[in-house]
Amino acid sequence: MAKIVVDVMLKPEILDPQGKAVAAALPRLGFTFAQDVRQGKRFEIEVAGDPTPAQLAEVEKAAEVLLSNPVIENFTVRVEK
Amino acid sequence: MKIGVVTFPGTLDDRDAARAVTASGGQAIALWHNEADLKGVDAVILPGGFSYGDYLRCGAISRFSPVMEPIIAAALGGMPLLGICNGFQILAEAHLIPGALTRNHELHFLCRDQKLTIENIDTAWTSSFIKGQEILIPLKNGEGAYMCDDETLAMLEGEGRIIARYVGENPNGSRNLIAGITNERGNIVGLMPHPEHAIDSLTGPSADGLGFFTSVLKSLVSGSAK
Repeated sequence: MAKIVVDVMLKPEILDPQGKAVAAALPRLGFTFAQDVRQGKRFEIEVAGDPTPAQLAEVEKAAEVLLSNPVIENFTVRVEK
Repeated sequence: MKIGVVTFPGTLDDRDAARAVTASGGQAIALWHNEADLKGVDAVILPGGFSYGDYLRCGAISRFSPVMEPIIAAALGGMPLLGICNGFQILAEAHLIPGALTRNHELHFLCRDQKLTIENIDTAWTSSFIKGQEILIPLKNGEGAYMCDDETLAMLEGEGRIIARYVGENPNGSRNLIAGITNERGNIVGLMPHPEHAIDSLTGPSADGLGFFTSVLKSLVSGSAK
């Protein structure tokens, strides 16, 4: 069984209030390393066996149609063993 | 005239939308998300709420409901379609109007009465208003910030497709204070605040919201929406 991981992030030019809230909370806890924080979504999709190129193409399509909104988000697809 | 009001799992404002249709002289017809049947309606309202719990993105799952297929086809053919709040998000997810609705810039859920100016009275849903008219209707949303790229924003401004704007301080971070927009044809309107909660002074802050519902009846009778 393999895992296909789809990461969805707001496009850099879209304001991310959740990321901003996290970035503001970190220094309150003494973590001073963060210049900026962006928050996204991660989908873990399990498939039987090694994913075929056709399967990956289908996942790309699903990421474009459902998992992300291309108006405001970018996504990446990768296989995790 | 029959106005369909869709109920998705998690819809909250379908009853108020139906009540607003009735109060303005129309016949409200309940439409169910899981049936691809428009029951002969002349126009459709996608009401507010939290369809599918706002999971994934607001409106992202409802947009693929069976009822949406005939709605999208009819709206592309000119049928008046109004998306309020969650309905606006569904319209954006279905790409029937440009842009997207994102988290309020201050992160808080808003619930208050909000002043708007009506800027375009040439749509199926705004013809009862006067251009520049100020109205007061409730605003209640967590993800109401209208976002689009600069090119789209310039196009919306240039073509007069911003139908309503927030008055005063920007409540949710919407670009150019956008509260509602229309498609090129003027039959599809997305609106973040809630006109269906402002149809009489007993239950709302004003009766200003009625104008959206009387507008569509007027446009259907005159045939301009066909």
